[in-house]
Amino acid sequence: MSDKPKVPAVEGWFTMDEASPHLIGSQCSKCKSYYFPKQSLFCRNPECDSEEFDEVELSNRGKIWSYTNNCYKPPAPYIQVTDPFEPFALAGVQLEKEGMIILGMLSDGVTVEDVKVGQEAELVLGTLFEDDECEKLVWKWKPIAG
Amino acid sequence: MSNQEVAILGVGMHEWGKWEDGNFVAYGVKACRDALQDAGVAWKDIQMVSGAATMRCGYPGYVAGATFANALGWQGARVNTSYAACASGSQALSAARSAIAAGECEVALVVGSDKTPKGFLAPQKGDRPDDPDWQRFRLIGATNPAFFAFYARRRMDLYGATEEDFARVKVKNAKNGLHNPKARYRKEFSMESVLGSAMVCDPLRLFEICATSDGAAAIVVSSLDYAKKVGKADAPRIAAISTVTPDYPCATVEMPDIATDSSASVTVPALEFKSSVPHAAYEEAGIGPEDLSLAEVYDLSSALELDWYENLGLCGQGEAEKLLRSGDTEIGGRIPVNPSGGLACFGEAVPAQALAQVCELTWHLRGEAGARQVEGAKVGITANQGLFGHGSSVIVKK
Repeated sequence: MSDKPKVPAVEGWFTMDEASPHLIGSQCSKCKSYYFPKQSLFCRNPECDSEEFDEVELSNRGKIWSYTNNCYKPPAPYIQVTDPFEPFALAGVQLEKEGMIILGMLSDGVTVEDVKVGQEAELVLGTLFEDDECEKLVWKWKPIAG
Repeated sequence: MSNQEVAILGVGMHEWGKWEDGNFVAYGVKACRDALQDAGVAWKDIQMVSGAATMRCGYPGYVAGATFANALGWQGARVNTSYAACASGSQALSAARSAIAAGECEVALVVGSDKTPKGFLAPQKGDRPDDPDWQRFRLIGATNPAFFAFYARRRMDLYGATEEDFARVKVKNAKNGLHNPKARYRKEFSMESVLGSAMVCDPLRLFEICATSDGAAAIVVSSLDYAKKVGKADAPRIAAISTVTPDYPCATVEMPDIATDSSASVTVPALEFKSSVPHAAYEEAGIGPEDLSLAEVYDLSSALELDWYENLGLCGQGEAEKLLRSGDTEIGGRIPVNPSGGLACFGEAVPAQALAQVCELTWHLRGEAGARQVEGAKVGITANQGLFGHGSSVIVKK
């Protein structure tokens, strides 16, 4: 663990509450559809012409929709964190209230052997990469055992 | 929905491959000349050129229709260029069909050609946090194969698909492509070699993920009157071209997005996008999956071919593995899929691929597919899906 200040890898996408982080989405004030990443210009529901949105914290628990890993380094703008590259796992998690699936890396150390479709997972913050000044954090999905 | 059928007078393809030198215009010209010769139509008689654009070959690629009209020699034909990711070729074909139906022209040349970079298709350079492509690579590392692997993994956990099933698709397609002179990979694969290849995105292995290729395909289409006039009244006909977009809300994570639409206040449509594309084609042609003799589908991964079985209605949801294991989708089976060898043997040459699928159907319907011929083929369908809500499905019949 580094002593560098922790900053979000992308501004305004999630709360920096490490104990119980939430993704920050938006909700159409008229039809109540949710969006992530945030939508602020126009609602994409074809029955709705609203341009008003409320910023909302999305559920931080859901069920794993699917999962895989990267055995080879993805191309830029992905930033390699270890040398040599180490495979990492990723998943999509279905949020019941919002009716949407959101992708994310799986939390550090979790492999595809550890998860199943339908399993519960919760949102955590983890390191995406470090630069000279800061540790950049991103949301990750952590499977809940059982 | 009513439509006007058009005749396929001729088809041509430049062999698929990967070459250091060479240029997409030269590949496309070769495909055009082959299609014109096959059609028995002189270049100077073509009244419209409809090109599928490529984003990887600079400005000439953005204006592909004009690029090929110029390369073959300006002769005054009207021109169109279409870009729709993997569905570009079908949209170019659709534009030609519309022009014929509208009486703007009688005979058109449709062409798609590409020269692609090696390795993963990488996003544009620079920090662009508003771009879904930047988001998925930077924040999640969600490569294209990772998306294919999500779909594959769901088949395993929900429907009992096995790694052997995915390998079997590759073995089948490789066997088909062995007999295709236009295919890039003409090599038999054993189950052992596929299952022994490197894992890329679990559960998908290197030999189960399609490569990027160079290649070109061209088609000459005309009104039925024109076909009669040039002695080709019996030519295969295009009965449908579907290029529909998704219905909101999309409940499947689709490349390049990192999240789906929300179904919190709008019910998810009965047909997912990949099913709605061929469904619209069936409706337009007035036929159903039971009428098909063969299908050419976009096997970006071996596992994805199994999804298409269900999207095309060849079997019910969760039954694709059973259909595969029964041998029904092999040449000689009830409904052969990817007799060309599919993307497994071609690799993807984006603007040419949807047209190559139509070329393959045409050869089968004319009984000219050689050792890979589907006997008695009367009706065929193509299906593909690309980025940003693009997909297409073309039905060709005798």
